[in-house]
Amino acid sequence: MPPGILTLAADKVTLSPANTGFMLICSALVMVMTPGLAFFYGGMVRVKSVLNMLMMSFISLGIVTLLWVLYGFGLAFGTDKGHFIGWDGHFAGLSGIGLTQLWGSTTIPIYVFAVFQLMFAIITPALISGALADRVKFTAWALFIALWVTLVYFPVAHWVWADGGWLFNLGVIDFAGGTAVHINAGAAALGVILVVGKRIGFKKDPMRPHSLPLVMLGAGLLWFGWFGFNAGSWLGNDDGVGAVAFVNTQVATAAAMLGWLAYEKLRHGSFTTLGAASGAVAGLVAITPACGAVSPLGAIAVGVIAGVLCAMAVNLKYKLGYDDSLDVIGVHLVGGVAGSLLIGLFATGGVQSKAKGLFYGGGFEQLGKQAVGVVCVLVYSLVVSYVLAKVIDLVMGFRISEDEEVSGIDQAAHAETAYDFTGAGGGSAARKGPTLGEALTKKVDA
Amino acid sequence: MKLITAVIKPHRLDEVKDALQAFGVHGLTVTEASGYGRQRGHTEVYRGAEYTVDLVPKIRIEVLVEDADAEELMDIVVKAARTGKIGDGKVWSLPVEDAVRVRTGERGPDAL
Repeated sequence: MPPGILTLAADKVTLSPANTGFMLICSALVMVMTPGLAFFYGGMVRVKSVLNMLMMSFISLGIVTLLWVLYGFGLAFGTDKGHFIGWDGHFAGLSGIGLTQLWGSTTIPIYVFAVFQLMFAIITPALISGALADRVKFTAWALFIALWVTLVYFPVAHWVWADGGWLFNLGVIDFAGGTAVHINAGAAALGVILVVGKRIGFKKDPMRPHSLPLVMLGAGLLWFGWFGFNAGSWLGNDDGVGAVAFVNTQVATAAAMLGWLAYEKLRHGSFTTLGAASGAVAGLVAITPACGAVSPLGAIAVGVIAGVLCAMAVNLKYKLGYDDSLDVIGVHLVGGVAGSLLIGLFATGGVQSKAKGLFYGGGFEQLGKQAVGVVCVLVYSLVVSYVLAKVIDLVMGFRISEDEEVSGIDQAAHAETAYDFTGAGGGSAARKGPTLGEALTKKVDA
Repeated sequence: MKLITAVIKPHRLDEVKDALQAFGVHGLTVTEASGYGRQRGHTEVYRGAEYTVDLVPKIRIEVLVEDADAEELMDIVVKAARTGKIGDGKVWSLPVEDAVRVRTGERGPDAL
């Protein structure tokens, strides 16, 4: 998948049971990131909309899985058509694939590669949902996911990762999704909120997170799953590159958490729980593209820079007046851009590929390539997402009604509420009159 | 009879309860409450956004006592609840016309 993999083709020709098992575990790890993200986001919203927040991530597991099987894998990783999109008839429905048929020049079956990549396709649109908390129709959101992965994610994944994709050909390094996943989702979030607008009460009402323990649980699951995301992106571990990616993931995340906490201690006076969770996620985002290119010391630099930068960036929404509810732009877009560009400075040339960054004697060449990748994905995702959201808004309306938003989207969209806080009551055994069962039977008879 | 109502800091509840028990009060009612006095709550920070939390958690204690005990009881509660810092709360008393013990039907001071 990452540039440079083709040079190792000679050693990777037979199915490796070790790599295959490793990749299936990595796929499962990436899968758990989506429910993890749901908790990360769910804890940050108010009590009245936590279920909707969880569901906006969870529904992606349903929709994207089916689209991926039907045509997504073919579009993203089928035979290249004009460097923009792929297609292979026998990938449609994941049919016509042999059980032991290997993916390209790797040692893992196509099925394994397809399911690993599927998990990336699932979490990317789920990331966008954080910007839309409390206020969009669930049906509109579901439709948006289906259209967005088709028109944005599948093509961009092809550009960045598929053999023949134009950014891949250019030599843009995106080890595990800095551009294809995080910049892509962050730019899309901006595009959609430009259409749907702010939450009622933005900048006026307190919108405190309802459960920081849930946020921490979600961040923990994300961190855990991210090892599959990054270490698995080398598609095997015959040469140790996957292990370096694993180490760098841990190192950068730790550094980013400390960077964010240090910034907010200086700026606001406290080491907050939300800051620790957010800093960790910012570090994970930033190291994603870079974890195969930098050394552990480089990973510390990437982490600290991303932690501080994202902590500064999350305040932009108040200054500029757009309501990116849970800071998808501040964390994923800014973190993704930081990580992608820092490759141009810190790539050692000795791990994933021979490309060297500015600080390792590589000049500005790699930095330039990274910048092209960042800008192209950002602009494409922003524009297409904006147009998609606009069309959905015109056709069916993207937002729920004002009344529903004020009284809570959980009740309106899902006919449920997350918590029952009525401690009193119950214990009606001694009450005279029909039991619930009897009352229901009577009702049916009548 | 008098109804003594005290709104205090939650962590002083045990001290106040012990002091009332030592004085010989047989029963009391405790409610979780929220509110603010002159200190006006506190500030919380989430990703750099500051939220002013006006209503802070408090404990409300209610005790029915005979007129003669009211003054002393208020002093006891005040002493037990005081930390000397801002937000310690308030204690007040109100006249009560009548009271009934639900189990026996006893009325007035007998019901306490």
